[in-house]
Amino acid sequence: MAAVAEQVTSTGLRSAAVGRNPWALAWRRLRRNRLALAALGLLLLLIVVCLAAPLYAHDVAHDGNVLGPNLNGTTIVGGKVVPVMQEGGGILKLGETPIGPTWDLHHYFLGADNIGRDVAALLLYGGRASLQIGICSALLCCIVATIVALIAGFFGGLTDAILSRLMDVIWAFPVYLLAISLATELLTHSNGIQIGFLHVSATSLWTPTVIIAFIYVPYVYRPVRGQVLSVASKEFVEAAIAQGASNFRLIFSEILPNVVSTVIVLLPLMIATTILTESALSYLSVGVQPPNVSWGTIISDGQDLLYTRPWVSLAPGIMIVLTVLALNVLGDGVRDALDPRAKLRVR
Amino acid sequence: MADPLLDIRNLKVAFRTDDGLVRAVDGVSLSLYEGETLGIVGESGSGKSVTMMSVMRLITDPNAQFDGEVIYKGTNLMGMSQDQIRSIRGAGISMIFQDPMTSLNPVYKVGWQIEEQIREHEHVSRPAARDRAVELLTAVGIPNARERADAYPHQFSGGMRQRVMIAMAVSCNPDVLIADEPTTALDVTIQAQILSLIKKLKQDFGTAVVLITHDMGVVADMADRIAVMYAGRIIEQGTQRELFYDPQHPYTWGLLGSIARLDRPRPRRLTAIPGLPPSLMQLPVGCAFGERCAHRFERCRETPLLLDRAGPGHLDACHLSAQQKQDVRDRTIHPELVEERP
Amino acid sequence: MLTFIIRRTLWTVVVMFVITVVVFFIFFKTPGVDPARALAGRNPSPQTLAEVRAQLGLNRPLLVQYGLMMKRIFITRNLVSYSDQGQLVIPEIFAAAPATLSLVFGAAIIWIVMAIVMGVAAARLRGRIYDPILMILALIGLSAPVFWIGQVANLITQGGLHNSVFSWVPPLGYTSFTVSPLHWFTGLVFPWITLSILYIGFYARVLRANLLEIQTEDYVRTARAKGLSERRVLLRHTLRTSMITFVSLFGLDFGALVGGGAILTEVVFGIHGVGFLTWQALQNLDLPTIMAVVIYGAFFIVLMNALVDIAYAWLDPRVRPA
Repeated sequence: MAAVAEQVTSTGLRSAAVGRNPWALAWRRLRRNRLALAALGLLLLLIVVCLAAPLYAHDVAHDGNVLGPNLNGTTIVGGKVVPVMQEGGGILKLGETPIGPTWDLHHYFLGADNIGRDVAALLLYGGRASLQIGICSALLCCIVATIVALIAGFFGGLTDAILSRLMDVIWAFPVYLLAISLATELLTHSNGIQIGFLHVSATSLWTPTVIIAFIYVPYVYRPVRGQVLSVASKEFVEAAIAQGASNFRLIFSEILPNVVSTVIVLLPLMIATTILTESALSYLSVGVQPPNVSWGTIISDGQDLLYTRPWVSLAPGIMIVLTVLALNVLGDGVRDALDPRAKLRVR
Repeated sequence: MADPLLDIRNLKVAFRTDDGLVRAVDGVSLSLYEGETLGIVGESGSGKSVTMMSVMRLITDPNAQFDGEVIYKGTNLMGMSQDQIRSIRGAGISMIFQDPMTSLNPVYKVGWQIEEQIREHEHVSRPAARDRAVELLTAVGIPNARERADAYPHQFSGGMRQRVMIAMAVSCNPDVLIADEPTTALDVTIQAQILSLIKKLKQDFGTAVVLITHDMGVVADMADRIAVMYAGRIIEQGTQRELFYDPQHPYTWGLLGSIARLDRPRPRRLTAIPGLPPSLMQLPVGCAFGERCAHRFERCRETPLLLDRAGPGHLDACHLSAQQKQDVRDRTIHPELVEERP
Repeated sequence: MLTFIIRRTLWTVVVMFVITVVVFFIFFKTPGVDPARALAGRNPSPQTLAEVRAQLGLNRPLLVQYGLMMKRIFITRNLVSYSDQGQLVIPEIFAAAPATLSLVFGAAIIWIVMAIVMGVAAARLRGRIYDPILMILALIGLSAPVFWIGQVANLITQGGLHNSVFSWVPPLGYTSFTVSPLHWFTGLVFPWITLSILYIGFYARVLRANLLEIQTEDYVRTARAKGLSERRVLLRHTLRTSMITFVSLFGLDFGALVGGGAILTEVVFGIHGVGFLTWQALQNLDLPTIMAVVIYGAFFIVLMNALVDIAYAWLDPRVRPA
């Protein structure tokens, strides 16, 4: 039925679509999608806010360091100087409870965590780490997967068989467990890892970045390889072969431009996935390592304060939900914009 | 003449799209009488399929808008509830589609798919429905029907699948069988077999047939009456004889000129209609065919009505006078013939 | 069909073998890491180190090392956890399995039912406001970290409202079904919901997209033209074909969850299943346990993959070999 409508519509649209390149058309469709634009706006806002972390944090820095412990620090609430760590509640007054949210944009807006650090400042610096790891690992993953898919799909035969089976094996591992094994193996070695000239220290943000990029390679590889296979059998590629084009030219100037849209559709969704994975690994203490913080580590630290100072956990969780939701909505928008079937979308 | 079995009155169908309103069917009126075969001819996008799908109320696109009436046995199908129309679909009016490769559900056995339709409309036991299905499969020429009923669609060839579709369509003895380009997706040799099967079933069951096609050759062989559609409207309608021996509309001439005929001297080349059909979003003012018509004149800026200019029952929508039509027709259909005359 | 099953089984065995090799290399051959030190737990004594070396034959050839590891995991099942007072790893995993299975089975039931309801509703209500609302809800479910949802659930049920509305929720932890079916159930209600939220979102979206795509298929038009009710068209024709995708996804996700993917939910709710065991091992850098869990988890996933392929062939006659 829709085929009929589509046929009818395409007859109607024939004159409208002539002479515009697909990217311009896609961009036009994306611009019309208000939900996707709002998501893009929210995402940019979150990035800007996290980059602006020092603007907030210079007020709460102690000993020139926002991320170090501040057990004996003080802050100002309602014009009075109060200690960050307060005496514990209950009859026995045992232990210490960090200060709760002051809702004061200069000091301890969201209160302190269990070693007296400003949660709002952690949130902003943690956001930098989460976003950086999420974006970098998704990019790294997509680049590696695309290169492998191009090689496998283009050369086919044995090359394809070996690479695809390799991907199947990585795919067979439970993602979190694979990441955990890789991470623990690296973490037991506190001096970091030397691979050739590349040195990665165990506490570097690049450790989780590389691990997360690695475990998701098969998830990008599969759809991209499929696309490469279908493009490689198209007539224009045969025409290029007939012209005597080199393999290099075939891969990079004939096939690659036609699989880029697949990768672009996957990218926002991959960033959403990698940010969630980073937070999960950090929650399990095998992701971002001290002294660095990320949204995941804050939630993990907040677990002990859940019933007394819930905002320590709630705030970073909300940040993750907002970021990932925005990425997912944007990803849907990009997909609809690049997918010609979206033409008949209901308004 | 008796009342028509199916009477389409001023049917309009339009689709809302991002770029504007697409008028797929723009005021079509058609009648189908008991036992006859009506051919609807036109190129892709002329609205012939949309017209008949609307009759079946099969267009579920939420962006579609409908107007007009379709009277079947005294009731308006367009005003019926989903439940009412369901009892007519498949029982009173049934339909065969263009592509037999995709029209059968790939995950069910073909026998089951026929039984499903029978059991939907009649209270019969499963074994009885099964027997009917096997009988029908035999009637449409499927060998070893009892065994083949347990095969899946992908185990049949295209022609065989179309036979299954036809068996399914006639399973509840419908009054009307709508065949939407039933042979377009098939090999030429199979096409003839399928057409003669439809003809035979029509005689056996006394079913009226609506045959949708873009192929003048198919309707020449099958249809009693023919309607030619262009850009969502009927531009000529008459008996098969009238359409082939006394065509009135320049578009019909174009269609006739583009088929090879064995009963005339071989032309040097077949004539094609120049240009493309107009965009259904912005129809030209006046005659929709005007821009492609060699005989266009000033009056063509007014929209021509569908009138019986050439005699009772033979309708056309062209402003040319009967005399003018006679003068230019042969030249348009067979330029070679005219040239070769001394 | 039989040859297909045999071929698929052989391939499964090959994949399992490759997995053990990969795990072996990760844990024994990571460049620059001494496997004995890594496997012996935190701050091992020289005696422990020597014992590990002897037990796993770390001074012997590569093949012997691999063989010894496999023997300890699968045959003698006496892989020792050095960080955990010499506890045997494999029996511990099997003791934890029922908790994980309880969690995953319950969540799976919730997510299948909810996803079908939401996906079908959204597809049926397409073009109305309910469709985008349902899909935004599904997206939110997809976007929230599961351990965080768990924390929020705990905050609500164990925090302020624990003395009133949620007094029926037992304290965090897992009660075996054989001990008290009621506590087993009440204790798992929120873990089930928490774990299923992500999958409800994901499956509802996949199902909706799939239903909309299948609705445009010619055979669905045929089904309507036959005069079938919308309900029957949806259930017997559209949804039936969608189930091919649905079932294969389900098999993979179910496998992944049982194979260790439920770790986050188990940790946040203190359910002592396989995932929790892994997490405890992480805290102690107890590598033998992690290694065993990874291998058993991966095996389960590979097994589910094989079952999915066989189920796929059963559901879709087109790929069913004659």
